[in-house]
Amino acid sequence: MADTPDVTATDGHGEATEGLLRELVSHLRANRTQLREEWARRISEARLLTALTQEEIFSEATSIYDSYVGVLETGSVEALQDYARNLSERIIPRGVEVDEVVGIVLLLRDVLARSLFEKYQSDFDLLNRVLDAYEPAANRIANTVAGNFVGERERVIRQQQEAIRELSTPVLQVRERLLILPIIGVLDGQRARQLTEQLLRGIRANRAKVVVIDITGVPTIDSTVANHLVQTVEASRLMGASVIITGLSSDIAQTLVTLGVDLSKVNAVGDLQGGIEEAERLLGYEVTQGDYLPSEAR
Amino acid sequence: MAVPILKQGPVLIASIQTALTDTDVLQLREDVMGQVTRHRSRGIIVDVTALDVMDSFVSRSLRGIAHMTRLRGAETVIVGIQPEVAFAMVQLGMKFEDVQTALDLEEGLALLRDQLKEPLTGAG
Amino acid sequence: MQAESRIAIESDADVVTARQRARELAGDLELSSTDQTLLATAISEVARNITHYATRGEVRLRVIRDGNGREGIEVVASDEGPGIADLERALQDGYTTGGGLGLGLPGARRLVDEFDIQSEPSRGTTVTLVMWQRVAGRSVRA
Repeated sequence: MADTPDVTATDGHGEATEGLLRELVSHLRANRTQLREEWARRISEARLLTALTQEEIFSEATSIYDSYVGVLETGSVEALQDYARNLSERIIPRGVEVDEVVGIVLLLRDVLARSLFEKYQSDFDLLNRVLDAYEPAANRIANTVAGNFVGERERVIRQQQEAIRELSTPVLQVRERLLILPIIGVLDGQRARQLTEQLLRGIRANRAKVVVIDITGVPTIDSTVANHLVQTVEASRLMGASVIITGLSSDIAQTLVTLGVDLSKVNAVGDLQGGIEEAERLLGYEVTQGDYLPSEAR
Repeated sequence: MAVPILKQGPVLIASIQTALTDTDVLQLREDVMGQVTRHRSRGIIVDVTALDVMDSFVSRSLRGIAHMTRLRGAETVIVGIQPEVAFAMVQLGMKFEDVQTALDLEEGLALLRDQLKEPLTGAG
Repeated sequence: MQAESRIAIESDADVVTARQRARELAGDLELSSTDQTLLATAISEVARNITHYATRGEVRLRVIRDGNGREGIEVVASDEGPGIADLERALQDGYTTGGGLGLGLPGARRLVDEFDIQSEPSRGTTVTLVMWQRVAGRSVRA
């Protein structure tokens, strides 16, 4: 077994290391075709990137390989970062997962490492020094690509969550003919309008007679949103549904009064539970000593 | 085109099928008043499910019909206002505060039944 | 899809034609059904004024585009009728309490994104409405 070699600078700045990296780069360039093919083959064998076609995998493999070599050559990951970001934007919508991206980068690292083993197998000492130069760079590359992918994924997920929050209304049908719309968070005019539209469609779909709009979770509203609230009540009435507003804080009540909203026209009940009870009363459900008497029962 | 008006017991049902011209609206008012008088109807349902637009003229006219029939002892219920139409009406400022509304024909009949306190089923 | 449509307004059946054509155009631009209804209702309001007060007029529909590539529908309802002397009053709300002139103009204005009215007594009236596509928040690429 050879002596432990001198530990040269691991960030590529030492002269010896630079020389080794240069040799490494020319080796990788010289064997580009064969190593790239080997890598693509191993990607398929490992069943990674199944969302992409063979042509696509090969094309990306080429770009990644060249970027990889570029990082080893220049010591800078900037170009790789740009490419990684671009790649992530393209493959995330195709359903490629993090483990696949990490997987293929590690596979490339392995393919290149083995090729180095093969080349320097007769000089173990040299092999160690080459690996000392190669490994940090290879790890940096893996981190850059994986890190970028994960970052992009998180950005997309955040965006989707935002969109879901904005667009989906938790219009809940709790009982027959009774809908509950709990509103949470700060509303802007656009979201308020979306909620109104969805509530009205919900009234039709669920044949609701009573709607409970709970604004306990709404800290403040501006005049635009207040108007939307009033309009929602009026439009619901046109569709034959009466509206109960619950969780009306004194702040918001004050805002409504200041805006000239006639609060006497708004059926407001303190909390959601109370609102539901009032709604059930309006629907003719009466709970008397455990009995349940819908008004339709004759 | 005239709006068909059906009689179901003490209740009339006017089903608006297509967009109404001014003439149609005036005709509807005349027909409704005529039928209410003839049958001594106690209620009238105006079904606007098929209307994709209810502008201020149509809304005012329906309100007018509701007021007139009330004077003749018949309560009007407008049914079938669609979500987008309800939204537009409210933006326009048409509120129908003194006119009853219900989701659809079934609800309208149930409402009248409760108010008139008599069954409305069976052949009219 | 036609880029521009002209509908002569001579009877109230034409009002219906105009707003249905607008609805079609709006559908082509993928405006939401709510926006389509708002636009059709606004057109009904202003086109009815033509039939009630001016006897004859025209509604012109056009697809327009802004600097950001957003598309919209422009409606120009014009007539050579008596015109409106007091425009300010016509645009006031609360007709039933004495404000406005019962022309449905303040209401129509609330329904659309852009509203303009030009009128001169004895010369006629031109009302321009615009409804834009709603563009959901676009992601900004890093």
